[in-house]
Amino acid sequence: MKSAMKNVFLFSIMAALIVFVGQYQSWNLALSILNLCLISAVMALGVNIQWGYAGLFNVGVMGFAAMGGLAAMLISVSPVREAWSAGGVGVIIGLFILISTVLAAVFSYKKMAKSPLRALLIVFICVVGYFILRSVVDPATSAIEKVNPASTGYLGGLGLPILLAWPVGGLFAGAVAWVVGKITLGLRTDYLAIATLGISEIIVAVLKHEDWLTRGVKNVTGLSRPVPYEIGLQKSEWFLSLSQRLGANHVTFSSIFVKLCYAGLFTIVLLIVLWLSEKALRSPWGRMMRAIRDNEVSANAMGKDITARHLQVFVLGSIVVGIAGAMLTTLDGQLTPSTYQPLRFTFLIWVMVIVGGSGNNWGAVLGGFVIWFFWIEAEPLGLWLMDLITSGMDADSPLRAHLIESAAHMRLMTMGLILLLALRFSPRGLIPEKVGRHH
Amino acid sequence: MEDFLNAFALLSNFVLVPAIAYGSQLALGALGVTLVFGILRFSNFAHGDTMAFGTMFTILATWWLQSLGVNLGPLPTALLALPVGILVCAIYVLICDRMVYKFYRKQKADPVIYLIASVGVMFVTNGIVRFIIGPDDQNFSDGQRFIIKARDFKTMTGLSEGISIKVSQGLTVVTVIIVVTALFWFLNKTRTGKSMRAYSDNEDLALLSGINPDKVVAVTWILAAALATIAGTLYGLDKSFKPFTYFQLLLPIFASAIVGGLGNPLGAIAGAFVIAFSEIMVTYAYKRFAGYLLPEEWLSGGLLQLLSTDYKFAVSFIILLLVLLFRPTGIFKGTGV
Repeated sequence: MKSAMKNVFLFSIMAALIVFVGQYQSWNLALSILNLCLISAVMALGVNIQWGYAGLFNVGVMGFAAMGGLAAMLISVSPVREAWSAGGVGVIIGLFILISTVLAAVFSYKKMAKSPLRALLIVFICVVGYFILRSVVDPATSAIEKVNPASTGYLGGLGLPILLAWPVGGLFAGAVAWVVGKITLGLRTDYLAIATLGISEIIVAVLKHEDWLTRGVKNVTGLSRPVPYEIGLQKSEWFLSLSQRLGANHVTFSSIFVKLCYAGLFTIVLLIVLWLSEKALRSPWGRMMRAIRDNEVSANAMGKDITARHLQVFVLGSIVVGIAGAMLTTLDGQLTPSTYQPLRFTFLIWVMVIVGGSGNNWGAVLGGFVIWFFWIEAEPLGLWLMDLITSGMDADSPLRAHLIESAAHMRLMTMGLILLLALRFSPRGLIPEKVGRHH
Repeated sequence: MEDFLNAFALLSNFVLVPAIAYGSQLALGALGVTLVFGILRFSNFAHGDTMAFGTMFTILATWWLQSLGVNLGPLPTALLALPVGILVCAIYVLICDRMVYKFYRKQKADPVIYLIASVGVMFVTNGIVRFIIGPDDQNFSDGQRFIIKARDFKTMTGLSEGISIKVSQGLTVVTVIIVVTALFWFLNKTRTGKSMRAYSDNEDLALLSGINPDKVVAVTWILAAALATIAGTLYGLDKSFKPFTYFQLLLPIFASAIVGGLGNPLGAIAGAFVIAFSEIMVTYAYKRFAGYLLPEEWLSGGLLQLLSTDYKFAVSFIILLLVLLFRPTGIFKGTGV
């Protein structure tokens, strides 16, 4: 029971830190940190499913999160009718050509014996399919991009409630994970790592450059919300009387109220994912996964299909990351492809999992909270530190200006150091994995 | 005939010359990755940022030399500053090895732990580089810009298409030939090089025959640092220096090393040229090229570009997947699966 006490203690320190920020900086800031902590925790759970349960090293977290973001946009934005009539048919035909090309390639891969002829045939099918695809899709997409490019110039989405995008984002990410995993799992761990690094760069490149789909770097702003708008709240009777009763400024309180609504939604998702992950970990399936992770050879000898189980767990983890990505875009209210940076979206999540405790879901959640908190607070802390270090220097010395200007880059270094120190001195993390009782 | 020559000149100018230069730069990067993989047995994710680190010190030394008024005439001053960059970078990776990797080597840790540790090193290195030189573009090339200018080529040959070769491109090829020859001579002829190859082939046997593992590891890191700094400086001279670009080079570099067979130096070079040529050939717009060779009525309005340059990373990725699908050990047999 001692470890349970320690965990409660760790989580209460985290809560106290957020309350501290609320008291001394502002509650608005504290709640924005909390919301991103919750999303990070879900993402870290996803990575923990892959790494902690199965030892898979996914360096493409960014790409899977971006798939979730794409889903949030595609589900919630209302369709642009003119764009659909300009090039919708072309895009849909293109989609069919793409699917049939892939099916034809897979079919010949499955049906023919391994030979140079097969490889040639598959390459041939892909090349021909690609040219037909381009000839159909190119005119369609350029027609779409010409439809009122300043405000639309893209197909839009389905105009459905954005909450629906969360599971859809998971599906998108899972589908990509399935393709990547199918090819690279079963080979060296390094290959999976490099392939996921590649796919995530490509996904983000597609979001940035396919204007007909995502408006590219022009961004899609003003996504619909699952929670009320501040302006609406400030006009409604019940809200004004509530803020009066609490003695708060109604403008500040409206933005706090909105953030609280988001926090509620994110907490529900986090709890569901956490509960399912814990259930899975304690089930025979979870024991099998850990057995495979700890000793692939003997698990294989027991008749477990390792590659298939790895694929399964890789897809499941990516689904969770995709859900978190959709949640993030929902919170931002906009899809901004240029914000997807590998250091922020891939490697930071890894630091969370390693610091929190790989293999332990509660550890991943705690890691998500702690690391996000310090990622945000590292900047004011770094500035403060630099101010302190340089306080003895001349006010207009160039070195001082350079040091203060560069303080923002300190957080990369800090995160790297935290990762290295955690890996070295506390490799099992803040909340270590529970090892089963031996009878 | 003249149309044919023009088409050839056009293709040389926009595909052949840039691809040879880019391939050479990738080859040096991939050699570093493959050496570390062969000896230390992990994929070093920090390699791109190590390149940036070494290049940064070369740039700083270049600026210092420039401020003293030292230059190499037509050649870039960076060439003179290169040893400084290599030295600092080698010291840095040796410190990293001592502080980070050595511990896991003693523990005989799983390769994936090294991989994560290298991600940590990548973070720290990236932070240091941004801290010192900032995240923006830096231009440090000086001296003459071209070996052959397109206009001179045109007047010389009378063709309507010119070939221009930048000094940085010529320099890249010459440097790579020298470096690769020296590296292969070192690996094949010297005692240390032979012990490295033995260690890479079979660690236990090498240890039994009295090879000092610490020395092998240290030499490997120094070579990797030197290769990374040279590759980074050449790339920076040819294009420009920006820390994030160097992180992004990681993908084509890894793809080159894997396509050629991880752990196989010859493969790394071949892989680099495969990647560089495919990347540039696939993203080149063939409209003018086709204009010389095909009758006019065959041409459509398109650019005849297979893939937009925005997706050049997709090319290395797709080649990587194809190789993993059909020949996971790479073109030349690497240490493999």
